[in-house]
Amino acid sequence: MGATQLPTPGINGTGLDRQSPVGGASSDPAAEMIQLLGPDGKLGTDPVFSDYAKRLDPEQLRGFYADMAKVRRFDQEATALQRQGELALWVPLTGQEAAQIGSGRATQRQDYIFPTYREHGVALTRDVDLAELLKLFRGISNGGWDPTENNFHLYTLVLAAQTLHSVGYAMGIQRDQKLAEANGSNEPKAAVVAYFGDGASSEGDVHESMVFAASYNAPVVFFCQNNHWAISVPTEVQTKVPLFNRAKGYGFPGIRVDGNDVIAVHAVTEWALEHAREGRGPVLIEAYTYRVGAHTTADDPTKYRESAEETAWRGKDPLDRLEKYLRNEGLADEAFFEQVRADGDELAAHVRSTTQNLQGPHFRESFAGVYAEPHPLVAEELAWFEEYSAGFEGDEEEGAGN
Amino acid sequence: MTTMTIAKAINEGLRASLTNNPKSLLMGEDIGPLGGVYRVTDGLIKEFGADRVVDTPLAESGIVGTAIGLALRGYRPVCEIQFDGFVFPGFNQITTQLAKMHSRSGGKLTVPVVIRIPYGGGIGSIEHHSESPEALFAHTAGLRIITPSNAHDAFWMIQQAVDCTDPVIFFEPKRRYWLKGEVDTENPGPASDPFKAHVLREGSDATIVAYGPLVPVALAAAAAAEEDGRSIEVIDLRSISPIDFDTVTASVKKTGRLIVAHEAPTFGGIGGEIAARISERAFLHLEAPVIRVGGFHMPYPVAKVEEDYLPDIDKILEALDRSLAY
Repeated sequence: MGATQLPTPGINGTGLDRQSPVGGASSDPAAEMIQLLGPDGKLGTDPVFSDYAKRLDPEQLRGFYADMAKVRRFDQEATALQRQGELALWVPLTGQEAAQIGSGRATQRQDYIFPTYREHGVALTRDVDLAELLKLFRGISNGGWDPTENNFHLYTLVLAAQTLHSVGYAMGIQRDQKLAEANGSNEPKAAVVAYFGDGASSEGDVHESMVFAASYNAPVVFFCQNNHWAISVPTEVQTKVPLFNRAKGYGFPGIRVDGNDVIAVHAVTEWALEHAREGRGPVLIEAYTYRVGAHTTADDPTKYRESAEETAWRGKDPLDRLEKYLRNEGLADEAFFEQVRADGDELAAHVRSTTQNLQGPHFRESFAGVYAEPHPLVAEELAWFEEYSAGFEGDEEEGAGN
Repeated sequence: MTTMTIAKAINEGLRASLTNNPKSLLMGEDIGPLGGVYRVTDGLIKEFGADRVVDTPLAESGIVGTAIGLALRGYRPVCEIQFDGFVFPGFNQITTQLAKMHSRSGGKLTVPVVIRIPYGGGIGSIEHHSESPEALFAHTAGLRIITPSNAHDAFWMIQQAVDCTDPVIFFEPKRRYWLKGEVDTENPGPASDPFKAHVLREGSDATIVAYGPLVPVALAAAAAAEEDGRSIEVIDLRSISPIDFDTVTASVKKTGRLIVAHEAPTFGGIGGEIAARISERAFLHLEAPVIRVGGFHMPYPVAKVEEDYLPDIDKILEALDRSLAY
């Protein structure tokens, strides 16, 4: 790791001197986008990021494929569970697997992740039991997992609120590291990844988070998955310039990467995380990808976009291109892909059976977490509820919610 | 015992917290070399450095949102919002994130953030500098809201807010910043529980409940009423969420009459909540309806007419007359 040369961060971003139109609409995203693995499954080169790609061994590449396939299978299962009434809602990620697996696999254990609500792939890379994710969507918990266990924060549904939490957390890391260095401790350096989307990029909190991050040189990577649609509104309504160009205005590097190219996403995120951990400040990554499915299971994309667009993007599928590469290079055989399918089915079965057995909490538990310290009003209302409930004891529990 | 102003008492309290708790830090606009527009943080950056007394970009959502992140990392941030009317850009972070983080994590996460807000009118200021938005926060479960009315309480309550595991909104009565009082910096005495109301003056004919800037007004009204032979009890509520209903109820059971005074508009306000709870807890002891004295249902008026808007001694006396005549 130590031998890796970091590109010098130039004023206009990565220091790569790529041409990027300032103030103009992005007419040709490919011209300014980092891509290593094309839709044809062929590995290209990049003056900076090829070095990162070369660090990957075949085991890791197969792992990327296995992760992406697993989370896609999980996504199908969760969608099915919603259709069968087991979940109130589901938020599919299909199409964005490379953006999530590539970036998540670039993080290290000491890094902290703030997801929005579609980062099921990142959750997988952080070893969160995917069945835990479904508690939120089954309406039995607003969280579901312990964020401190895997440094993977709870999903945040109020768009972009977590981008500020990310910067604050990164400010805390800075203070901890200062103290650790003063004490001669040699703990690995950490950074934060803030996930958000092209829709959320319009929220004021994203602006404020980038201002704070730049002012304090906070070790945070802003990872924007531009999936082209904020429910029914296209990215053009959110921005007139390529999103990654906004970083210039804040004074830190911005990079657009092919979000369907897991190798490039991994390389770019690894670079950005090293940049942040080494104290060089924040980076904005725009992963250029596509939400192939609906926004949620309550959404109907046929009302606002052409199926031809979906078809075109299916041609850039992140799994297909890696599969082609692995096969062409002789890095994976049929047995491998068989195994991946079997593992996916096993995961799906686990998620299905766990979900179906997830019972709702008793209402009284809702009183427990309102405050960390004793609170007389909450205690009084709980006492009232218990007394009220006791009045029904012995009655037939017809239609009881619990 | 030392005599100091409320502003100085908060300053000393913050100094004590920064000294005693290495994880505490201050953040806000102009709180560094300037010491805040009210000089409440005066001198602290010199003593504790810029990592612990943080001048932030001018963005209230940013202040609260990054404070939440710092708290998740184990810090205890104390945010200064420059004026009451400027808290609203941070309202989303306070109500949807800060207030709910502990609950939505099933108790796994805590966010011990303090948000200091100078509030209230009577200083002849321009628009957005004189408001009392406490009810908007009191309606949000997960937050605690306290407000001192004197220097001793201010010194101890700010430290208790920093020590509290729950998020605390700390409303500072800005027109009383220069009110001097005796502070025992060694012993909190009756101020040991920030969520407990204090009976400041005992009486038998009626009770006045007030908090923050109106406490001195309530005491003055009680003194004036005494000249007319009326014995008035005065309670400093101190905590707006939770409210110490036990203390208020015990007083009303004794006096039978209750006036609640605050600067905030009466409609949908803290006075209405107290009236409702007391009517449930002490209905048969009440000799008159609970009467609220507060602001009108209008945006805070221009400074030239704010005296007509604000509750004062006369308005409280008029309410007492109505209650006693009932």
